[in-house]
Amino acid sequence: MGNGKRTWLNVSVLSIAFVVIIFFNGMLDGWNKQAKTDTIAWETAYGRWSHPLYDPYDPYTFSDSHGVPPGVLQEEINAGHAVPVLLTQASAYPGGRMINIILKGIDPGQTLLEIPSGVMDSLSPSIRGDAIGAVIGSRMSLSSGLQTGDRMIVRWRDVNGVFDARDVIIAGIFSTNVPTVDVSQVWIPLETLQEMTGMRGESTYVLLDKELAEKTEPASGAAYAGGWHYTNLDALMKDIEAVVEAKSGGMMVISILLLCIALLAIFDTQVLSVFRRQKEIGTYIALGMTRGRVVTVFTIEGTIHALLAILLGSLWGIPLLGWVQKTGIPMPEMTDQAGLAVGDKIIPAYSMALILTTVVLVFITSLIVSYLPARKISKMQPTEALKGKLV
Amino acid sequence: MKNNVIVTLEGVTKKFPSGKGLFTALRDINLTFGKGEFSGIVGPSGSGKTTLLNIIGSLDTPSEGTATVLGKRISDLSQKQAALLRNKGIGFIFQTYNLLPVYSVYENVEFALLLQKINTAERKKQVMESLEWVGLADRAHARPSTLSGGECQRVAIARAMVKKPALVLADEPSANLDSDNSHHIVKTMKKLNRELGTTFLFSTHDEKVMQYLERIIYLKDGAVDREEYPKDS
Repeated sequence: MGNGKRTWLNVSVLSIAFVVIIFFNGMLDGWNKQAKTDTIAWETAYGRWSHPLYDPYDPYTFSDSHGVPPGVLQEEINAGHAVPVLLTQASAYPGGRMINIILKGIDPGQTLLEIPSGVMDSLSPSIRGDAIGAVIGSRMSLSSGLQTGDRMIVRWRDVNGVFDARDVIIAGIFSTNVPTVDVSQVWIPLETLQEMTGMRGESTYVLLDKELAEKTEPASGAAYAGGWHYTNLDALMKDIEAVVEAKSGGMMVISILLLCIALLAIFDTQVLSVFRRQKEIGTYIALGMTRGRVVTVFTIEGTIHALLAILLGSLWGIPLLGWVQKTGIPMPEMTDQAGLAVGDKIIPAYSMALILTTVVLVFITSLIVSYLPARKISKMQPTEALKGKLV
Repeated sequence: MKNNVIVTLEGVTKKFPSGKGLFTALRDINLTFGKGEFSGIVGPSGSGKTTLLNIIGSLDTPSEGTATVLGKRISDLSQKQAALLRNKGIGFIFQTYNLLPVYSVYENVEFALLLQKINTAERKKQVMESLEWVGLADRAHARPSTLSGGECQRVAIARAMVKKPALVLADEPSANLDSDNSHHIVKTMKKLNRELGTTFLFSTHDEKVMQYLERIIYLKDGAVDREEYPKDS
């Protein structure tokens, strides 16, 4: 194969690696961004004060983790800067089957979360009767077979541990990317749940809006009276960060493999180049070039592969990545089983930092693999090089 | 007279590893070359001609003895100093021309000046002057692949001469050329030797080249066998 063809083959492979690295990382960044935005909008808001016994990872704590929010928080709730939520474990009997659910009480008038809580009270009394109006997510609807207007019996234990049961009517079904507000969850009015459980004025946690969270931020870690503890936005997002980090590890392996293939081709070309162009190297030295300068010339020559790859990658990568960003990447339906917020589509996010980091990565790695074979020149005998002999 | 000596070889011996032992390519060479000489080192293949030129050209160092070129002891030079010596003071002409194929004639000749960081206008002047010496000014933008062997060697002469070195080392410059071209290029070099006072040192076994030499040093098995002065300089 001629030098020109070999160069363009290397450049093409490197440009693919370059674009794929940006694509993968852009997809992860996009997912990360989307997951955080959706989680804030649907589940966590910007900060959370929670009952001292509340552990979101341990459902057994739910029955005991309730109390009246401290006075300061109560003021913020009244001012509309905070939204209390009460949880309790329950059993539901849709279509004669029993499923375990979490009943979540939320103020129907709240606007902090995207949960369509207003729908809970939207049914006319003639339709609702004695039943409690509830909203559920589409995943819950799918798994339980419940549709809008369907009824089911819900059984729970009150504050004293006494079982009670009532009819619940599905007033609405919402669609969300956040499975943790959907799967096995039934949202009902807060006051109704407080009344049902005998936990008047109590809640499990209180979510804060952005303004209040920013004011609360410096007090992060501090506890209100009664031991309520604060979880800031960063801590609330740590699960998403952890999953994205784990995913990016896998993506990085693919990126590194691709980059290695491209760099191996450059390395191979450089080795061949130094081998085949010994006479030229000898001539440079005879003309008065220092060996260090010859090494530099050959290293730059190799690194030009990276420059060309970046240009070529830009040529076909910018339209392609732009199109992908416009249309999004459809995600399989089962993806949200992971328990994290994943939309129907992921819209990749290509930040300038990502692009610059990739450019620098491709450039530096190319520089290194170009330098390694070229440094052999510094050990080359000019008299042997002039004869075009093997080193 | 001593001020005119630009190359001094004292007891120069060169040994190369060969198998388990050492092969002696040059034995106790004692020679001097003065400014403006037009001399040749003659001998059969393997007699040490190229090795001697390589040492004088600071591409190699003697195993024993001292080689002093343009006032510098070759063995004492670092790689950088040797490169500087070659860049400023020594021109090379090779049997196979060693032109850089991707560059034009102009760029090949300009290359030596680029290393000296001479400005563009001055470089252009010197390159064109050099190409005129060898009669190739009109082929300045041609690629070496489009030139004949004789023309390639004239480009190589222009490249060696463009920096106006004190010493030009020509290793079998006519070996790949036909009779007419051989005469032509040696005459060109002879003219430059006369006009610019440049010292030319050849390694050759070509009779056509030898008839132009003012001094011929015969090497045999790495040692000086005899010297002849066919013409008075």
